[in-house]
Amino acid sequence: MTNQDVLLADFVHARAGDKGDTLNVAVFAFESRHYAWLEQHLGEAAIAARFEHRHPRKVTRYCLPHLDGMNFVIEGALEGGVNQSATLDRHGKSLSYLLLGMRLPAPDG
Amino acid sequence: MSSSPSIRYAHIGCGAGFAGDRPDAAVALVEALAERDGARYLFFELLAERTLAEAQLRKLEDPALGYATHLFAFLEPIVASCLTHGIPIITNGGAANPVAAAQRLRRQLKTQGLDAKIACVMGDDLGDALDGQTARADWLPADCPREEVVSCNVYIGAEAVTQALRDGADIVIGGRLADPSMAVGALRHAHGWAADDWQHLAVATAAGHLLECGTQITGGYFADARRKTVADLANLGCPIAEVGSDASLVITKTPGSGGCVTEQTVKEQLLYEVHDPAAYLTPDVTLDVSRAKLETLGPDRVAIHDIHGHPAPATLKGNLGLRGLWFGEAGISYAGPDAVERAQLALEILRQRLGARLPQLRPHFDLIGVASLFNDGSGEWLEKRLREAPAVEDVRLRLGIVDRDRDAIDTALQELEALYLNGPAGGGGVRRQLGESLRTQSFLIARERVTPFVSWQ
Repeated sequence: MTNQDVLLADFVHARAGDKGDTLNVAVFAFESRHYAWLEQHLGEAAIAARFEHRHPRKVTRYCLPHLDGMNFVIEGALEGGVNQSATLDRHGKSLSYLLLGMRLPAPDG
Repeated sequence: MSSSPSIRYAHIGCGAGFAGDRPDAAVALVEALAERDGARYLFFELLAERTLAEAQLRKLEDPALGYATHLFAFLEPIVASCLTHGIPIITNGGAANPVAAAQRLRRQLKTQGLDAKIACVMGDDLGDALDGQTARADWLPADCPREEVVSCNVYIGAEAVTQALRDGADIVIGGRLADPSMAVGALRHAHGWAADDWQHLAVATAAGHLLECGTQITGGYFADARRKTVADLANLGCPIAEVGSDASLVITKTPGSGGCVTEQTVKEQLLYEVHDPAAYLTPDVTLDVSRAKLETLGPDRVAIHDIHGHPAPATLKGNLGLRGLWFGEAGISYAGPDAVERAQLALEILRQRLGARLPQLRPHFDLIGVASLFNDGSGEWLEKRLREAPAVEDVRLRLGIVDRDRDAIDTALQELEALYLNGPAGGGGVRRQLGESLRTQSFLIARERVTPFVSWQ
């Protein structure tokens, strides 16, 4: 982390959804000009690292350039999901903000 | 609307996006729909993955129950107005017992001197096929524990809804109708779209998907204090989709209500609970939103373009509701100097006690105020946050356990309560709860094995 790092929440908005033990988080740049930067820095590996403590089986990224966004499907990240998790947020609805709390190298300009 | 006069528009409002939604917002929605020209419909989405299993248990206790608990809180304020203005109502709030819901509705309407054509959409409930005749239920997952099944429902599509509307239904009550299919049924009725008209059905499904969570597209579950401000959050308006016979799709909301419809709110809802954006599987169509584009037409008016459709999947998704698990939670709070350290002491005590007495359980610990929502079962996230020495003086130790052994969970929760006398100084506010935790298991079944039908009540 350097002084040049930025908080993702200042550049994108996101919503989480669940199906069983699979979490999806859709992420959209507030401004179109930041989409390319997002696509460059927010890959599957970065998300897998951010959710490392949830031990996801698989992370898949779907890019949606027309919407300045991407959809992450994170399998096995919900501690069993709403069916068998003992977590406070069994749906994982709050996990969009786990992602938004990430820091990335600042975009140019 | 500045558009060709040859294009007809249908207007669909969604009055509820889940069983716990606000019942009052639909009143203004119906007033707004009543002022519009063209076909108008209102739907209420009242089911989630596990609610059907819960409804089935209520039906087992009382055959006159088993519909969504708050169904009538949603229907009562608007049903007379909808009948007056010719706005059909569609809901999946019949849950495990659409017929009982229809019968109660008919009785209530009668006391108001009203009459209505009420259609039930049936055929989603395959529970009868499970009664001991293994040969009939070969589609069940091999590892399904039969004795624990309390419900078995298949997500069914729009066909029976369209048929009921075509035959004059004022109110359509179903069970496990797929959420967007309620809108698809309405739009197929309004525009005469065929069951294999994939392109039009995709637009209809997108409309239903965007509406099905109610105010989640009008500023609800969207607001952020600084970056995404939303006006009048306390009075969010219900969403309305305007769908043209040319398959144009515009999302707006009840005029004069709180909230907003913007490209941002539409984007978030468009991908909500979607995996592959090019292949969102529904009973009616395979929806492709991967190339979708949005256009702001005016305040609280967003158009969605470039929706595509592919043939519906050959299989339907079913959900089994299963018993057998219990979920217990308990908490104790610490505040003031060294609150975090005292809570950590309490956590260590519990780890020791539970480890010795109930080693078979998998307790989940949170330290609310330091790490809770993002936590994991093995405590990695909590450890990480504690190493950052958070400056917090008000924390709550939470214990959560899911297991088959109710008594063992109860004993574990008792261990937390015992911290009152045996734990660190100044702990307070112990609360505990323990209840059955219904779970679901999904399966796929060939489409032709399921026969939805309309039953007039």
